[in-house]
Amino acid sequence: MSAEKRSEKNRLRRTMLFLSAQRPSLMKDAYVFGPDSVIFDLEDAVAESEKDAARFSLYHILRRVDYGNVERIVRINGLDTPHWREDVRVCVAGGADGIRIAKCETADDVRAVERAVCEAEAEFGVGQGRTLLMAAIESPRGVLNAVPICESSERLFGVAISGGDFRKCMQTKYYPSGVEMLVARGQILLAARAAGVQCFDTVFTDLDDMEGFRAEVVQNKEMGFDGKSVVNPRQIGIVHEIFTPTAREIREAERVVRAIRENADKGVGIFQLDGKMLDVAFLPGAERTLALAKASGMYEGDL
Amino acid sequence: MEILNAAVAGTLESSDVQVSVEPAEKGVALDLSSSVMEQYGRQIRAVVLETLERLGVASARVRVVDKGALDCTIRARVECAVFRACGADAAAKNIPWGGVVRE
Repeated sequence: MSAEKRSEKNRLRRTMLFLSAQRPSLMKDAYVFGPDSVIFDLEDAVAESEKDAARFSLYHILRRVDYGNVERIVRINGLDTPHWREDVRVCVAGGADGIRIAKCETADDVRAVERAVCEAEAEFGVGQGRTLLMAAIESPRGVLNAVPICESSERLFGVAISGGDFRKCMQTKYYPSGVEMLVARGQILLAARAAGVQCFDTVFTDLDDMEGFRAEVVQNKEMGFDGKSVVNPRQIGIVHEIFTPTAREIREAERVVRAIRENADKGVGIFQLDGKMLDVAFLPGAERTLALAKASGMYEGDL
Repeated sequence: MEILNAAVAGTLESSDVQVSVEPAEKGVALDLSSSVMEQYGRQIRAVVLETLERLGVASARVRVVDKGALDCTIRARVECAVFRACGADAAAKNIPWGGVVRE
């Protein structure tokens, strides 16, 4: 049981695997696929008439099944439904690590959920602040409000762009180049980085097109995302491979960090390493590579 | 809790269990079938009866068709069927999580 363990705001989240809370067969052991996080879905994957059944199943899975280091997030129903408050209660009572707010459009949406979470933490005797939040942005208005959304709550660990609804609103569809999502992805990345929270890309639903999936994940990584929502366990390995630094990148990052620190000690600001000009501006990037490598078990050095 | 109407929860998918409850005159009558009856029949019966007792169901006719569900799924399906049979719907509020609904 991890109910009392404090959730970690800045943990590694390369993959978040969606699982329908309507299907106990999916929820009972999905940790075996090794995603960084799972998202038990009470929203679109659950039929309207089964919302209650999904909550009962979710409660017991959260209480009973040991997911180990896999983070357990729950996607709750939208704020325009009769379900979301009871969803929040069951998440907090069950001890979920975080709540994903669907169709988030404004900072007030986040704060409304935050208030319900505070009340539920008091009701169920769960530590105040234990339950984290993330916001899924799915509409043009949400994208335009990305900055206030990212800055809305201390509990908010990140935002995700959700492509399905967004593409519909924009009167477009999926294109392999990603051009239809470029502005939205860029905008929420900028907002997330400005606010210092994580940023996740949308799902890729065509399971027959693994090459297209790989290309999208590479683009996600190049744009600077922290990770991606996935809908099938087969997608996990590819995302981890692309998001985890290579042995060579880790060695380079280690040399850069050492060299910058040693030169700083000697009072040298700018210098050359392997023919490249380096200064202190390269430090955060190299440190981040090492942190990512450490979190993925690829680096056990002392930096 | 008093069973007011017939209700069902769960499916016949693998790793799930379907629980039907309906009003009865007196006592709990349990009809159980399971794909793992030989190994787990007694345990499933115990989990169902214990959950009904916790919910305060004194009389009901209960039919359970198990497809290899975990104990926690059996509890969830029994609870859902009972709450539905007492008039709760899919948008039911203020479920006593951690109260009578617990591990």
